Amino acid sequence: MRRLSTLVALVGLVFALSLPAGAIDTQAAFPDPALQSRYEHLTNELRCLVCQNQTIADSNASLAGDLRREVREMIARGDSDEQIKSFLTARYGDFVLYDPPLSARTLLLWAAPGLLVLLTVGVVVRTVMRRSQQPIDDDESEESA
Amino acid sequence: MWRYFTPAAAFLVLGALFAYALVRIQNGTMDPREIKSPLIGKPAPTFVLPTVADKTVNFDSSTLRGKPYVVNVWGTWCPSCRDEHPALLVIARRAGIPFIGIDWKDDRALAQQYLGQLGNPYTETVADDEGRIAIDWGVYGAPETFLVGADGNVLVKYAGALTEAVWAEKFAPFISGGG
Repeated sequence: MRRLSTLVALVGLVFALSLPAGAIDTQAAFPDPALQSRYEHLTNELRCLVCQNQTIADSNASLAGDLRREVREMIARGDSDEQIKSFLTARYGDFVLYDPPLSARTLLLWAAPGLLVLLTVGVVVRTVMRRSQQPIDDDESEESA
Repeated sequence: MWRYFTPAAAFLVLGALFAYALVRIQNGTMDPREIKSPLIGKPAPTFVLPTVADKTVNFDSSTLRGKPYVVNVWGTWCPSCRDEHPALLVIARRAGIPFIGIDWKDDRALAQQYLGQLGNPYTETVADDEGRIAIDWGVYGAPETFLVGADGNVLVKYAGALTEAVWAEKFAPFISGGG
């Protein structure tokens, strides 16, 4: 029992220690915790364009490093999150945002989950309705035949 | 009948779609990783950067205003740039418009050596040591090639190694007389 709790504690410790390992930055970008949290938030929702399924916070591609520097400098200069995002979308398009804005071009993207649910519900309803109209046939002797 | 036809038809349609995409990826006319540049139809970013040949000499892109020109982003560290290089030499010579090379986060001495050995397709080559101008152009991987029109707007962007076929299809139609 005691061993088990030690094991659990150790595993917990490993997980706790490995959390900061997700980030590429080895040092905080800002001494001010508020600015640092903005920096972390932004770099975690900006896509690395080289390794397209990573954020710029967890990619060690050279371009991701340059984009982190860009974000860092813009925050230090006092730019708002919106200004930083529009700086990047003007150059790389909405693709750079992990949370793309709703627009005519992204409408299908945003509507797709809802449309799929509707389609599924439609198919299920139709199938159930059709089956319920069929005569009930639960003669067991026929099945074993 | 429908119960067999529908899945078979769906399979054939999907299969045809995949085959079409594979063929286009194979011959370079489609790139699934391509990011459509928001710069198309917008004014080209301007830059003042030191030249690769001499770091004390700056090149100002606004001197190109009023005529079409090509911007090619490359680096000696980039294998596809080396693949592209022979085609670039031919294309640049034929096109008859300025080709500006942006040497992206590179070593100046290596770049000079590279151009000396393989030939220099560029009218001017500038060094973007910090990668800031590359970000202005929305560059995400070398090589990337842009065509800027006489009005100063970006007409075409191509990411990946340029070939004469790609040039003829995507760039040449925008250049009157040349290409």
